[in-house]
This record gives sequence, C-alpha cells and structure tokens, in this order.
Amino acid sequence: MSRVKHLGSRRELENYRDLLFVLVQKDIKVRYKSKILGYLWSIASPLAFACVYFFAFRIVMRVDVANYPLMLISGIFPWQWFANSVGSSPRLFLGNAPLIKKVKFPRIIIPLSMILNHMIHFILSLPVILLFVFIYGGAPTLSWIIGIPILLAVHLMMVYGISLVLSSLNLFLRDIERLVDVVMRFVFYFTPIIYPIELIPERFQAFIPLNPVAPLIISWRELFLFGTFNLAYTAISFAYALAFLALGYFVYRKLSWRFAEVV
Amino acid sequence: MREPVISFDNVSKHYPLYTNVRGIKNVLFNFPRNLRAMRSQRFEALRDISFDVYRGEKFGIIGRNGAGKSTTLGLIAGVLRPNEGRVVVRGRISPLLALGAGFNPELSGRENIVLNGILMGLTRREVLSKLDEIIDFSELGDFINHPIRIYSSGMLARLGFSVVAHLDPEILLIDEVLGVGDIKFQQKCLDKMMAFKESGITMVLVSHSISSVISICDRAMWIEDHTVKMVGHPYEIAAQYCKAAGVEVDLGDIPQNVEFSSS
Ligand SMILES: Nc1ncnc2c1ncn2[C@@H]1O[C@H](COP(=O)(O)OP(=O)(O)OP(=O)(O)O)[C@@H](O)[C@H]1O
Ligand SMILES: [Mg+2]
Repeated sequence: MSRVKHLGSRRELENYRDLLFVLVQKDIKVRYKSKILGYLWSIASPLAFACVYFFAFRIVMRVDVANYPLMLISGIFPWQWFANSVGSSPRLFLGNAPLIKKVKFPRIIIPLSMILNHMIHFILSLPVILLFVFIYGGAPTLSWIIGIPILLAVHLMMVYGISLVLSSLNLFLRDIERLVDVVMRFVFYFTPIIYPIELIPERFQAFIPLNPVAPLIISWRELFLFGTFNLAYTAISFAYALAFLALGYFVYRKLSWRFAEVV
Repeated sequence: MREPVISFDNVSKHYPLYTNVRGIKNVLFNFPRNLRAMRSQRFEALRDISFDVYRGEKFGIIGRNGAGKSTTLGLIAGVLRPNEGRVVVRGRISPLLALGAGFNPELSGRENIVLNGILMGLTRREVLSKLDEIIDFSELGDFINHPIRIYSSGMLARLGFSVVAHLDPEILLIDEVLGVGDIKFQQKCLDKMMAFKESGITMVLVSHSISSVISICDRAMWIEDHTVKMVGHPYEIAAQYCKAAGVEVDLGDIPQNVEFSSS
C-alpha cells in the first residue's frame, strides 16, 4: 500500500518539457552572460590542457607521435565533457537543497539538465576540433555524420547514469565528492587521452575495455583523428552506458523519496 | 457535502539521525555498529497524527518551534513520505510556499519568475501569460530586470510571494511567510490571503502570528510534542496555546459566531 496518495496533482508533459528547457537555459544564460567571452572561457580550459601536455610530452619528453596536438585535442574535448559532468554531480542535489526540501518536482531532471548543458558546450566546441582537423590536413568524413550523433547519445546516457548514482549517493555519504576527485585523476591517466593506444604495452592492451571511459574516448578520438567510426568500441561504450543508466535509475528510485530528509 | 481534500491517517514521521554515518570512510570502517546506530537513532518528528482538511477550508497550524509543523506541510506537499500511516491529498497542490526556492542569483527578477513558475508546476505558456500581472503585483519597478543578487531580502520575498500568489492551485500551503515585506506589502499579502479566503481555495497556513491565524482560518490545529494537541476554532485554540505558552496575547474581540466546542 502506498503511504502517500496525491490525486489531481499531476504535472503535465508540457511542464516537464518546459522545466528541462528553463533549467538548461538558466545554466547557459549564467555561463554565457557575456557571449563571446563566455564562449572563449569554455574552450580555454581544454585548450590550455592541450598546450600543457604538448609541452610536457612533445617538447620535453620528445614523444614521437604523428599529429600529436590533434590527438590531444580530439581526446581532451570529449574527456572534458565527461569529467566536468561527473565532477559536478556529487554536489548537484546538495546545491539545490531549498528546492528539494520545498517543492515536489521530478528531481531526476536536475542531473539531466546539467548534462545537457555540458553536451551543448561540447557541441559548441566542435568547430575548434574541426579547425585542428583542417590544420592537420584532414577533413570531416561521412563517418562523422553517423558517428557524432551516436557517440553523443552514448556519451549522454553514460554520464547521466553515473551522475544519478553520484548525486543521489552523495546526499547520504558526503565524502563521495572527495572520492570522485581522486578516482577521476586515475581514470584520466588510465584512459588513452594523452597517449595513443599503440604505446600501451602489449600485455595491458587487453585491459583497455575494463575502463568504462576508455572505449568511449577512443571512439571519439578515432572519429576526429582518423575519420573512422570504431564500431566495436562504440558497442562496448553503449553497453557500459546502458549499465550505468540502469544502475543510476535504480539508485535514484531507491533513494529519492528520502532526499528531502537528508539534504 | 464535507469532502476531505487532505486526510492524515495515523501518520508518523521520523527523521534519521545518522550523524556519524555520513561518509564512506565511516561506513567501511565501523559498518556493523553504524547499522545498529542508524536503526536506533532516529528522531520522531510526528507521532500518530490524524486529521482531515475539508474542501474550501482555511486550516491553521500552530505550535512551538520544532513541534513538527513544517514536517506536516512537507508531508502534504509530498516532499516527505510518512514512515507509518497514510496521507491522501485530493487536488492540485501548491508547493510548500517556498520563497525563493530555486531562484538563481545571477538571473534577473523577470527570468526568475519564469523559472520559479515552471518549477512550481506551471507551463511556460501559463507563466508568460501571467508575467505582467506578477510583475505588477511585486511592485519591484525597474529592479525586475536586474539580477536578484542585488535585491534586499524583503524584495526577494516580494518576488517569491508574487509568483506563488499567481499559481492558482486548489490547495495552498503556506509556511510562515507573512512577516517579511514592508508594511505595505504585508498588507497586500494579507489582502491576497483574504482574497484566497473568499475564493473556494483550500488553504493550510502555518504561522507564529496568532492574529493572522485567527483572522484567516476557519479551523486550527495545535501541534505539541509531535502530536495533535487540539483541533478546533482558531480563537479557542489560540487562547489555549497562548495560555500554555504563558504569554499574554491580545486576541482582540471574540468574533460573534464562535461557539466554543472542542473536537
Ligand atoms: N531533515 C531533518 N533531519 C532530522 N531532523 C529534522 C529534520 N527536519 C526537521 N527535523 C526535526 O523535526 C522536528 C520538527 O521540525 P519542523 O521543521 O517540522 O518544526 P516546525 O514545527 O516547523 O518548527 P518551526 O516553528 O521552528 O518552523 C524538529 O525537532 C527538527 O529538529
Ligand atoms: Mg517550520
């Protein structure tokens, strides 16, 4: 028997849609307050990372990889989307405490709007990647047309699942936030972003798919770097994405009714 | 034709008090002890309360700080779930009147009205059609186009109340908000309350202002020690409450139509 029964207070579908719309719009407005500058800031950080790694690995350590800057760019931008989404997840519900305490609304929409927002940034930064592709003598291929939407969807599902888990759990176990910081640092170096797959020693190659992020980032990178769509790795990412989404939804469902008590 | 729109049926609500299980570290290192602690350490905010609010009624709730009034409203609003018993609500409900829950300091007053209205369950179209009316009501003048981080707290309250006053719900929940604006706006809020009183809307009002409970409500409930102490005519409840608190409050003249009867 359900303990609470609310009759006649259903939100319309239109409200859900509008809710998502204004939440995404809000973040974008706040972020791009001054339009040009806002855009520059949002691509500055991945570009700065790329410069640092270029200096460290190409100029100092003299790693010999073809088109290294392009490789960096095509890995770092998708990684930024992933890392920023995951990194801001733990504080999501916590940061909306007044809302969660007072208003009955589908809280599941908060992580979704955050992630959509990061996705929009990523899409807006595609021209920068394209620019680098041109600089290194490449051009967009047909694979981009199918590859980009599919990878966007897979990426979105994966970060949504992870974000649901982290944002829900962090209300109950507040040090998840710290843990995420540490774990993400590991994941970054275990994911082929600043090095090509071929440089990974033979005996470790088989372990690449064990890192849920690696197949996704590799798929993105090959798409931009070689113009090819890696079906195998995309399929693995999709499986991971489904698993995370299921887990995230499960955790959210189990815990969401207690959010207002613990925020 | 007395039809209950809100029914509480032997409702109990307790909050977890697991202050010491708030992190992964603790869970891992003293798990069994904590699990036991978690079960035993809980705080009973409401014990076995039952009451009905009928359609069109203005229902007041009074009681000391920490008695469980906001918890009761949270249960009605559906942000909290009872641990025992059953809460049934029939009708479209306003959120717990939460001034400024969901406001974003960087957005202008106008943008916040739209955001807030949608969060509270309206569609974008509905909010936009009421926008001018809401802005007029708030009397914020040019400030409506400025980011709300520069507002004073009274101005914020005006903005929040203006949105809620135009939500047009069937059941209105109000938790202690009447005393924030300046006297003119307080009067305006009171007038709006009175307008609500005239309309057929059902209202649940939590307030420490005994006089507004008396002037607005048809019936009042006194919560003491997490249970219902008395339900009855607001004047009588208020008198008993003041006596118990040892405070002399001038309750004004006894209204003509009072027949003292406790229920
Ligand atoms: N999230 C929570 N976790 C633990 N205890 C809580 C929580 N929220 C409220 N309580 C406790 O439950 C009791 C009732 O709180 P509630 O907010 O309902 O009081 P109230 O009657 O609204 O008081 P006030 O007049 O001060 O607003 C209080 O003792 C409070 O400490
Ligand atoms: Mg309260």
